[in-house]
Amino acid sequence: MSLLAIQRGLRDHILANKADRPDAIAASGEAGLAVYRHAYRAQLVACLRDTFEQTWSWLGDDGFDAAALSHVSTHPPSGWTLDAYGEDFPQTLAGLYRDDPEVAELAWLDWSLRRAFDGPDAEPLTPEALAQVDWETAVLTLSPTLAIGAFTTNSAAIWGALSEGQAPPAVDRLPAPAAIRVWRQGLSPRYRTIDAFEQQALAMVLDGCAFARLCEQLAGPDDAERAIEQVGGLLGAWLGDGLVCGTG
Amino acid sequence: MSDRVIAPFEGFGLGLRPPHYADFLKREVPIDFVEVISENFMVPGGRPLYILDAVRERHPVAMHGVSMSIGSADGVKPDYLRRLKTLVDRVDPLWVSDHLCWTGLEGFNSHDLLPLPYTEEAMEVVCANIACVQDVLERPILLENPSSYLTFADDEMTEHEFMARMCEATGCFLLLDLNNIYVSGTNHGFDPATYIAGLPADQVRQIHLAGHSQGKDLLIDTHDQPVPDPVWALYDIACRRFGPVATMIERDDDIPPLSDLLAELDIARVRAGGLERAA
Repeated sequence: MSLLAIQRGLRDHILANKADRPDAIAASGEAGLAVYRHAYRAQLVACLRDTFEQTWSWLGDDGFDAAALSHVSTHPPSGWTLDAYGEDFPQTLAGLYRDDPEVAELAWLDWSLRRAFDGPDAEPLTPEALAQVDWETAVLTLSPTLAIGAFTTNSAAIWGALSEGQAPPAVDRLPAPAAIRVWRQGLSPRYRTIDAFEQQALAMVLDGCAFARLCEQLAGPDDAERAIEQVGGLLGAWLGDGLVCGTG
Repeated sequence: MSDRVIAPFEGFGLGLRPPHYADFLKREVPIDFVEVISENFMVPGGRPLYILDAVRERHPVAMHGVSMSIGSADGVKPDYLRRLKTLVDRVDPLWVSDHLCWTGLEGFNSHDLLPLPYTEEAMEVVCANIACVQDVLERPILLENPSSYLTFADDEMTEHEFMARMCEATGCFLLLDLNNIYVSGTNHGFDPATYIAGLPADQVRQIHLAGHSQGKDLLIDTHDQPVPDPVWALYDIACRRFGPVATMIERDDDIPPLSDLLAELDIARVRAGGLERAA
């Protein structure tokens, strides 16, 4: 039997998770096959527990592991790094917990913070560089670790309590849909709840909109002065958070 | 075959694990080298690379990978090799090692060290893959013997015969995990001393010492226990056969305080110091 056929046989055996012994395996290999079948699943569940730590804490061992095993059965890993495993886990949880949207939201936050942890480095804009910016033409470059997710519940407060070992608050629907931005400041992953105005402003910046144009569009025909004040406040917050890494 | 060599490096080291990051950043750790898991640092940026750079300033670093999949019938993944080369260029390591196994195939990655059949065809595949890796990395690599839990009906040679021929054909070097030899020897009924005697002594550049657990039917390579007496006994045999070789305690789970591992490493120092290479 060719090496390719042998490896396909062992791969299919592990994925199927059934006791049938592939032809290529020596007769003494039954116990060993069980070891590899178990190790494959145990490692991936452990990986998901590690990445989605607060989601695991929220669901408990049994609930989390059942969801993780369900995910493993439908999402065999393809990447060379375990870091990449779990990107689709929030969607799996959204399907499993349709009436509990905080579960997938917690998972999104876990995943995004982990990705920010070892995401690309970028130096924040310095005060000296800021003083040179031509705001008529400037297009802001934001941290490459920035991720923005939509939220409908107080899952950010739940995540915060769980991460500090405190009793989490009860689930509460937000009065209006909101969003959370995740990024890394220095070496520390961070997150902040943002309103619809900031969400729209960030979307425009990420879309390459010049800062002056952004001010015009957000101001609209009515209360331009207040909108410009709001945008100025946003810019100050972004600079303070180390979110602005350059201008073009 | 690569005509490059890896200079022997004598010393005693530890694997860098997250629970000990703070120790390595705060103080001088009395070891001769550090081994890092390559994939943990094949990342775009952030704290992992900050820690690696800080550790590298104080210690020689060996890079040890788990995802090269040197035995895959469909070859080593170019993207993986590119990322590995980037890290190699950053670290300038003592050497780069991975395992004699396969981890994935045709877009699937098990993230486990799956066993190879020891056949002539597997030899051709492994040697071709090693040549590819050594070309990209511009240096010979070390390959480690894995623990295994099954054998193949078509096996044509022993593991140590396979490793010896692999070294001869490619110029690669060996990382011997003595615990893995013990685990596989117990599981498959071969004599670890015979295994060690059959290896090319001049190609051995590093030794791993670790522990294991008793499973239902088989010994399991858990790397979560102190080095047990049978593995220490193999270390004595290895020291006599190979002489001074870079040696480290490899602990992957239930990781104790750094002081415990340093104490265990001192045992290795004492045992190695009392033994000389057989003439």
